[in-house]
Amino acid sequence: MSITRREFLKSNIAAVTATTVGIPVSQVVNAAEAEQDWQWDKSVCRFCGTGCGIMVATKNGRIVATKGDPDAPVNKGLNCIKGYFLGKIQYGKDRLTKPLMRMTDGQFDKKGNFQVVSWERAFDEMEKQFRKAYGEKGPHGVSIFGSGQYTIQEGYAAAKLMKAGFRSNNIDPNARHCMASAVVGFIQTFGIDEPAGNYDDIEYTDTAVLWGANMAEMHPILWARASDRKLSHDKMKIVNLTTYSNMCSDISDVEIIFKPNTDLAIQNYIAREIIKRDAVDHDFVKKHCVFATGPYDIGYGMRGTDKFAYAAEKDTQAKERKVTLDAAEAIAQRRKPGEVVKQGNTKKPVKHWMIGFEDFKKGVEPYTLDFVAELAKGDPDESLASFKKKLKQLADLYIEKDRKVVSFWTMGFNQHQRGSWVNEQCYANHLLLGKQSKPGDGAFSLTGQPSACGTAREVGTFAHRLPADMVVMNPKHRARSEKLWKLPAKTLNPKVGSHYTKLMRDLEDGKVKWAWIQVCNPFQNTANANHWITAAREMDNFIVCSEAYPGISAKVADLILPVAMIYEKWGMYGNAERRTQAWREQVAPPGDARTDVWTLLEFSKRFKLKDVWGEKKIPGLKSKGFKEGKLPDVLADAGKMGYSPEDSLYKVLFENDFTKQYKWPDAIAKGHANSTVEDLGVDWFVEKGLFEEYAQFGRGHQHDLAQFDVYYDDKVRGLKWPVIDGKETQWRFNERWDPYCKAGSGFDFYGPALKALPSGDLDGVKNKNKTKLAGKAKIFFRPYAAPVEQPDTNYDMWMTTGRVLEHWHSGTMTRRVEELHRAVPAAQIFMNPDDADKRGLARNDLAWVESRRGKIKARIETQGRNRMPKGTIFVPWFDEGVFINKVTLDATCPMSKETDFKKCAVKVYKV
Amino acid sequence: MTTNRKSRREFLLKTLQGSALTATGALGWFYLIQQQAQASPHAVRPPGAESREEFYARCIKCGQCVQACPFDTLDLAEAGSYVPVGTPYFVPRQTPCYLCPDIPCQEACPTGAISETLEKIEDSRMGLAVIDIENCLSWQGLRCEICYRECPLKDTAISVEHQPRRLSKHAMLVPLVHSDACTGCGICEKVCPTQQAAIRIVPPELVQGEIGEHYRLGWKSETSITQDFKSSTDQSAKDSENPALDYLNQDNEL
Repeated sequence: MSITRREFLKSNIAAVTATTVGIPVSQVVNAAEAEQDWQWDKSVCRFCGTGCGIMVATKNGRIVATKGDPDAPVNKGLNCIKGYFLGKIQYGKDRLTKPLMRMTDGQFDKKGNFQVVSWERAFDEMEKQFRKAYGEKGPHGVSIFGSGQYTIQEGYAAAKLMKAGFRSNNIDPNARHCMASAVVGFIQTFGIDEPAGNYDDIEYTDTAVLWGANMAEMHPILWARASDRKLSHDKMKIVNLTTYSNMCSDISDVEIIFKPNTDLAIQNYIAREIIKRDAVDHDFVKKHCVFATGPYDIGYGMRGTDKFAYAAEKDTQAKERKVTLDAAEAIAQRRKPGEVVKQGNTKKPVKHWMIGFEDFKKGVEPYTLDFVAELAKGDPDESLASFKKKLKQLADLYIEKDRKVVSFWTMGFNQHQRGSWVNEQCYANHLLLGKQSKPGDGAFSLTGQPSACGTAREVGTFAHRLPADMVVMNPKHRARSEKLWKLPAKTLNPKVGSHYTKLMRDLEDGKVKWAWIQVCNPFQNTANANHWITAAREMDNFIVCSEAYPGISAKVADLILPVAMIYEKWGMYGNAERRTQAWREQVAPPGDARTDVWTLLEFSKRFKLKDVWGEKKIPGLKSKGFKEGKLPDVLADAGKMGYSPEDSLYKVLFENDFTKQYKWPDAIAKGHANSTVEDLGVDWFVEKGLFEEYAQFGRGHQHDLAQFDVYYDDKVRGLKWPVIDGKETQWRFNERWDPYCKAGSGFDFYGPALKALPSGDLDGVKNKNKTKLAGKAKIFFRPYAAPVEQPDTNYDMWMTTGRVLEHWHSGTMTRRVEELHRAVPAAQIFMNPDDADKRGLARNDLAWVESRRGKIKARIETQGRNRMPKGTIFVPWFDEGVFINKVTLDATCPMSKETDFKKCAVKVYKV
Repeated sequence: MTTNRKSRREFLLKTLQGSALTATGALGWFYLIQQQAQASPHAVRPPGAESREEFYARCIKCGQCVQACPFDTLDLAEAGSYVPVGTPYFVPRQTPCYLCPDIPCQEACPTGAISETLEKIEDSRMGLAVIDIENCLSWQGLRCEICYRECPLKDTAISVEHQPRRLSKHAMLVPLVHSDACTGCGICEKVCPTQQAAIRIVPPELVQGEIGEHYRLGWKSETSITQDFKSSTDQSAKDSENPALDYLNQDNEL
């Protein structure tokens, strides 16, 4: 009865607030009463790689509110406008709640209309079609389009089912479009993936250099931190390097508008300045680094054949085989202008060798201020003198003694025909200066997706990866994985599968005939989309799409599986600063929607070992210990391990002795339900079992995750791996912070990958004997290379694409939120007003954007959030009504296979 | 949906045009409008509508501006609404003015109620955007700023200022409206993502204050010391009106 002091205080505060905002106190009290039976729990944001903490309130099985988690170190209670609407994303009117299949007269028909089917019927057809493709084409005739938005458990279950079960490496995530170049940069430079630093670098640094990262819109909460640093630290400078003026420029000290691909030249200019001004941290470099380079003639990641190319595509396509060097490229690569270079290293673009400091010096020598400024100036209206001054300022900031510098990048570097190179160049400059792996000093790759790090990369849902940075090509890695997964030797397939874009090309080639899309929208997010949509709809294949809303991929599919969204399942994500965060299931999935983990496990029940572990053909497989083109029959060895050919994949891979030790119910659930467990009808905690099994890969192998339960502790707001003795790691490779560093080393770049190299000079290998490089980071020389497609008289403008703050990726979630849709209902063509004028276009006019590959229609925007230099347009990709990926070019970084969505040539004209 | 709306609009237009024809010239009608206008000063008017009095004096409720508007922004007020019946207005939260450079509503206006002197649409003053900073998400520190990014006069009519949040190491990017550039087009009100818009278009006179004529903000007006000062006498001061004497001579008892 008696009112406690706390309640009194609270009601008093309510009264004060109520007076200020003019709400009658009675209403406030009613609202407080109404909220009394809300149940709150901690969780994570569904959207970008920032990884903001969220508190979710539910009542009567429905999310009633969310808030930014005030205790989350990343966001301290804040959200961006997408995060503000997390409570609404699950409740769109057109939510998919029943399996849907294309049918005619009760039978599956690729040309039929979608009709509701039961899960049983859906799986029956999926299985039938799988067996057909698997039988005809082997393990690489089937595929999964995975995701950087998978929970850790989803990615793990999908990768294990494909790699250990179906013996197929044809699983690749949309993170390929997003972070693959960063990964190559990390692996080649440090021998281990993911950033050394963390977000606290923002509060320690004196300088933030943005290289193709519109942080203000794409990592809004991190930008608020960078802005705060700018406000509170006099020394703080921000440099925005970009191909058009964006919101980051608003508080930047220097804005550098450069021409596409010339970031490669700018990086080398900085390196040259570092050397010329003798700013190299010789002690650091001598102790901890070596110099390296690789071949230049690596192509552009396009198809090697023009068999499928439209007539208009053929000229760009031909450059995959040979390129005529332009004047700048010739200088940059120390060759003659007009020289025709056969692209001889398209098959082995990643090979590299050690060089000396003098070679490196010789490599960067051509990149003088005059040369680079002339080449790189991206705004025709800017004077060369002004641009030169800015480049010099940039170099000054990097070089200034005792000035801390963090370089940030996202898709500007990664979606780049030389994305891996430019990542490596960035590390090179930080390493030369000794400004790496220290608080406030370092190159920091900002991840796009919420679990591109935590799942796609750490779990290894790529065509070449296994968990904890291991790869399928490495026999030791396969052996270790086979041991942990309790598989007979040689179950795992040593041949790298097809990357995301290649999976599309495989569909067009008829090599892949069955595909399962999970937590992504590949038919909207892949460049040169007209090809892939035709292949999917017109050819003999079967496409399954797990989806929550009807997006383009669902429309292209043959079977749609309705799946649970984030707060309708248990899950874990890992953000860009290595922080692993967990949440519980808050509400049940609607209708017949199921969790992705359930769909994977349920599907695995339909296959027996005898179906998948017999001899299998893998076209192109060549690996020591394997017959050419074949995976061996491992059933006999499996028998010795106690398996029967009649055992189901489900029993062997998922419900095994290890996972079953984690029982459901579990006190950690605090009463929350688990739809995966309930729908499977089991008594083990599926997500916990999968996580603990997975965590074995990384523990003791530089990727230590804490125990599952630790992440659910009320006080924990995620932990940055490696977590050792319960302690997270702030700065890796720095002895003071990272327990993996050798005692007394100071710095130890201990990543184990690619740590033995032949040596040579800039032009090639001269000594094939490999030198071991334990503990060293590599400083790469990489030259400038011109973009494969550039504006000409016909397609006379640059086109670049990306996101906007208000929408997430292809908009399947955010476009269901009425308020976000109202704010930004359609993608526009951002264009310089003079360019518009020249084409007889005014703001709001409808115009065509046409490339060699396709065209779209959208309205012209000559003002607004982005200010375009003459000659460049920007069209965001969230809007399926403005299907910009019909226009984009599917050239990739040949090393990372990540598509360059940032540059192609288009023409724009009035509708 | 659209056809319904359209036919309703057409019906409305016809009846209102009809009534306008019969009532035009009748003094009583204008009197009524002006009375209503005084009672409900919240209506957002088409671009170029000058002072309230001027606009109501000239508008003949012909509806041609409504028909000319390509975005269906403008509507004619129905009887019983808070806007004088038959006059054009718009509700920004539903459909704002998209600032057509050729100003078709002005072109269509036969009486100059939508002023012919408006040359550039950016100079129109339909109202003024006002932010409720207690409910604006950006003012709480969330990264929204949709009004800023969608403002057709971004950086002049609405700008964003970076301020420390103090509760954490995050800056707040707070939007500010500048009355010298805001057209009152209402796009900000339309796109504001809060349940009730936290930025709204209101007639400037309802919310705008005015600094006294006698004062200049020291840091805003540039002045320099006059070098060739010309002395003169104050003609406005008249001894006869000085109340001091009255006071001094009044009731000599203290």
